[in-house]
Amino acid sequence: MQNWLAVDWILVAIGGWLLTGALGIMALRHFAVVARVLFPLGSAVGLLLAAAAINGLMGTPEVVTLPIGLPQLPFHLRLDSLSAFFLLVIGGAGAGVSIFAAGYFRQGEGTPPGLLCLEYHLFLASMALVVLADDAYAFMVAWETMALSSFFLVTANHRVPEIRQAGFLYLLIAHIGAIAILLCFGVLQANTGDYTFANMREQSLSPFWASAAFLLAVLGFGAKAGMLPLHVWLPEAHPAAPSPVSALMSGVMLKTAIYGLLRVSFDLLHLQLGWWGVALLAIGLFTALYGVVFATVQTDMKRLLAYSSIENIGLLLAAIGLTLLFKSYGMAELAALALTACLYHVVSHAFFKSLLFVGTGAVLHATGERNLGHLGGLIRFMPWVAWLVLIGVFASSGLPPLSGFVSEWLLLQSFLFTPGLPNSFLNMLIPIVAAAIALIAALAGYTMVKFFGIIFLGQPRDGKLQHAHDGGGWEKAGMAWLAVWCIGLGLFPNFIIQLIDPVTTPLVGAGLGRKVAANGWWLLAPTSIERASYGPVFFFIGVVVAFLLAYGLVRVLYHGQLRRSAPWDCGYPWQTPRMQDTAEGFGQPIRQIFEPFFRLERHVPSPFDVAPRYHVSVTDHFWHRFYLPVARVVEFAAEKVGRLQQGRIAVYLLYSFLTLLFMLFLVQR
Amino acid sequence: MSPTGFLSQALAILAALVLAPLLMGWVNQWRAWFQNRRGPGLLQPYRTLNKLFVKESVVAETASPLFRAAPYVVFGCMALSCGIIPTLSTELPLSLAADAIALVGLFAVARVFISLAAMDIGTAFGSLGARREMLIGFLAEPALLTVFFTASLISGSTALTSIVESLAHREFAIYPSLAFAGLAFSFVSFAENARVPVDNPATHLELTMIHEALILEYSGRHLALIEWAAALKLFAYSCIGLALFFPWGIAKVQDPGALLYAVPVLVGKLAIGGFLLALIESVSAKMRIFRVPEFLATAFLLAVIGMLVHFLLGA
Amino acid sequence: MDALIGQLINLFAAVMLILAFAMLSQRRIVTLIHLFTFQGLTVVGATVVVAYVTQQHHLYYSAALTLALKVALIPFLLHRLIDRLNVRWDIETMLNIPTLMLIGIVLVVFAFNLALPISKLSASIARGTLGIALACVLLSFMMMITRAKAVPQVIGFLTMENALFFAATSATYGMPMVVELGIALDVLVGIFILGVFMFQIREQFDSLDIRHLEKLKEE
Repeated sequence: MQNWLAVDWILVAIGGWLLTGALGIMALRHFAVVARVLFPLGSAVGLLLAAAAINGLMGTPEVVTLPIGLPQLPFHLRLDSLSAFFLLVIGGAGAGVSIFAAGYFRQGEGTPPGLLCLEYHLFLASMALVVLADDAYAFMVAWETMALSSFFLVTANHRVPEIRQAGFLYLLIAHIGAIAILLCFGVLQANTGDYTFANMREQSLSPFWASAAFLLAVLGFGAKAGMLPLHVWLPEAHPAAPSPVSALMSGVMLKTAIYGLLRVSFDLLHLQLGWWGVALLAIGLFTALYGVVFATVQTDMKRLLAYSSIENIGLLLAAIGLTLLFKSYGMAELAALALTACLYHVVSHAFFKSLLFVGTGAVLHATGERNLGHLGGLIRFMPWVAWLVLIGVFASSGLPPLSGFVSEWLLLQSFLFTPGLPNSFLNMLIPIVAAAIALIAALAGYTMVKFFGIIFLGQPRDGKLQHAHDGGGWEKAGMAWLAVWCIGLGLFPNFIIQLIDPVTTPLVGAGLGRKVAANGWWLLAPTSIERASYGPVFFFIGVVVAFLLAYGLVRVLYHGQLRRSAPWDCGYPWQTPRMQDTAEGFGQPIRQIFEPFFRLERHVPSPFDVAPRYHVSVTDHFWHRFYLPVARVVEFAAEKVGRLQQGRIAVYLLYSFLTLLFMLFLVQR
Repeated sequence: MSPTGFLSQALAILAALVLAPLLMGWVNQWRAWFQNRRGPGLLQPYRTLNKLFVKESVVAETASPLFRAAPYVVFGCMALSCGIIPTLSTELPLSLAADAIALVGLFAVARVFISLAAMDIGTAFGSLGARREMLIGFLAEPALLTVFFTASLISGSTALTSIVESLAHREFAIYPSLAFAGLAFSFVSFAENARVPVDNPATHLELTMIHEALILEYSGRHLALIEWAAALKLFAYSCIGLALFFPWGIAKVQDPGALLYAVPVLVGKLAIGGFLLALIESVSAKMRIFRVPEFLATAFLLAVIGMLVHFLLGA
Repeated sequence: MDALIGQLINLFAAVMLILAFAMLSQRRIVTLIHLFTFQGLTVVGATVVVAYVTQQHHLYYSAALTLALKVALIPFLLHRLIDRLNVRWDIETMLNIPTLMLIGIVLVVFAFNLALPISKLSASIARGTLGIALACVLLSFMMMITRAKAVPQVIGFLTMENALFFAATSATYGMPMVVELGIALDVLVGIFILGVFMFQIREQFDSLDIRHLEKLKEE
């Protein structure tokens, strides 16, 4: 036991997850065992994984070859700082979601709990294997296992046709992405026939082939991450999946795509070109804006969060683009700053988005309602869930002193450094990008106020909400774990940056660790104190002290008298909860300002209608202008090919015969 | 923390708390004079605050704890923000903890809290106010950030104290990009402080009010805190404007003597600023709410152009 | 001192750009004329500063000429024109204003990159201004394109001339006096012709909406 390396512990953890899944299948119908024993066990395994990952982060890369798989083709695994960092995210966020899941899954909803347990833990284990894989073969096996297990989890409630459809869409786009990734590896191995990552690192591709590999990687991993225009599966699959699964998919699985992109572009490829960065920056920015604008007009709470994930992925891609740009100009320090911002956002998004998704799960269980138009006032019936979700909301809006703000701050700082670039055109454009990011962040705040305000505040829009109950102990514990991290990541950024430092150093040749440590743990100054500094702890203490002083002084100098009365009704006593802003109403200004983004279908009642109804539907342009035409072309082609299918054996034999003749003809030449 | 640092920090916050209602009174007085009224006098805001503190608070039955906590949070955020902005001296220990970006974040915290509190009661007005406030916020916040970016590109720092140091205490230079930033900033300040072209602080007309709709349910000490916070916000924005565009007279580090004359200079500058604010408010008409996004988008784009001009002219 | 003068000219350039954007996003014709007057004043200021720095006396004359023509005479004529035509109303733009400004920003970036190699050759004190002057030209072009009424188009035309003049003075220290006189005369004549033209349009169509001119095509 003493000589165990970190990677061994990680393999034990992955094995633990697989074992938990296997136990789940044995206790197929024993709901209590699955919920109360297996999921908490999975959570403990997650913590083990995270602990081992921290250990691995500090150490040197460790390589293992597992003799499984095809003969002559073993699994190569490698634990370096990049994979350890993502394992930390998987383990940390996975632990919280698993605890929540222990209280979440109920009996009699689609897939039996034992099977669900298997799929769930297989999903977790495959994500961990994806980031550990050190050859294309192992990577693709893990990647496909991840896609399939999450597909089955999405379709857990497979009796609902919409959910089945969402699942198929997800599967389709995941496979388009997988093909691109496979081709990317094909380019990377440069005709050597050796698909290990170690070999790929040694190849030096020409700029053309390197660009081809990079673009294929962007396409492949982008499809998984929800990059425009391959984002359409996200808003369908996330609402369909059970909430803990949505949390894992959004908080963790999307990050494996970010991992893949980082791995290919900084580790496997030996050179980085400037225009890759510009392209990725542009795609990322557009994805982010698109995501956030759509998020503001959603009426389904989980769809809203799904679009918000698209936004965050866009920001991450933009940060990677900036890193590439700096790296290609040989500015290692700035590349490290941008990459740190990216990785910081990876962690903070993993925690706050998981928190928000499991929060919607708790609401869904308490009310049976996903539509924002039927919710409201839940802070009075489920205070625990409401206040914990509020923390997630603040983190996700990028408000100080929580975690979202730190990554936003780092990202903006790295954008403001660009004047050092030798290209004057980029110099001009990139601060404008910083302004756009500020706009996106502010819109994210709008979205989150809508999300929280409509669900938890105001008066219940539906009578049945009066019977809503707060989350159970497991649910609260899982949410609290995630919320604590949202706060911790916000208040103590320096510790996390110390963990990110070993990741950025090998990838871009510099790290922030030493600079940050120089100012003590309470002050974050990524470059120099004169340039910029942020002290979240002081900031937090300042707000709290001001709050307490104001409260205390008002009490001491005046009084604390309070009277409860009915709200002011403007002289119109027949107000109902339905007169509050609806989700549509709250998003209406954004819908109006960004009208070209949406495809709107509006039915306005005429003045003579007896029962006037107003209906508006907001859909995606991409769906109508890109996906449906492609689908039509595919269908047309399929129809043509379908004519070959005659149903008569003789005809099929004829096909084979003709093919044989053709082949012989070819051989003869 | 050095003693002078502590002193100037405490002085900055105290000056803000005391002067903010006075600034409000000054602006209102001038507005009254422009309208040929006698006006309530300079000290009216203090009297109003005192009256509100003495009265009991009436809270709606449906209010959650969030509603009651919000006024204190908003007040705390605004008081803290006045401690970050270099009003009197550039020696502010707190400004290490929060730079310009964090300051914008602090304003955002206050905005989100007050909007959530407005939605908490569940009346039509509250959510209407929250929606409009967030609408203004989502455009004003990036515009403000971009203004700060322009200033920080000039001075090479996002810390407000360093920005002021480099603008005020170095060799005098004209920065054309700041002309754009200044224009954008004044647009943003009008919107953020609910002043006339965007919102009218003196009206309760349902269809047009923004800020007043948010705080409709507040009374007594809660309302007093919110009013005070609004005054502090006006003060903070005025001081940001003065610090970025007219930074002369702010004391340097380790210079307690300069602190003495920094106070009258600040009061003088605020007096002129308040007069101009009242003048602009009196001669302009309130715009339709649908024009507000356009107004703020213009501000945002002006700020972006300011940044561009910085690169165009190299200054 | 030299640095300060350079910054002053830069400031004038920035003001030119602000005014160009303000005109692009302005709805009222009266305000448009006011902005145009301010722009004339800015050009005068820039010309005087350049004249002072370079000690070229003919620039003082050209500043005086600009003052007389573009700050006094043309705005006066325009005011009279809109009074006579009774068109002090709001004018609608063909695109919404934020979009217009976004396009404007793109134009500024474009103009700057276009002017970059030229201004590197230029030896004058304020090299960056050439890009801005070019941007102002493009922006006034945009203004002419996106307005449906005749009067704003005339103003756009005049603004363009202002921007060109500004480019000439600040980047190359002015043109020979003869050329300037010629241009000034051209502009004046242009105003008169366009004035007559506008009266004619109104007579024909009972409106100043130039979209009516679309009827003048082969069916």
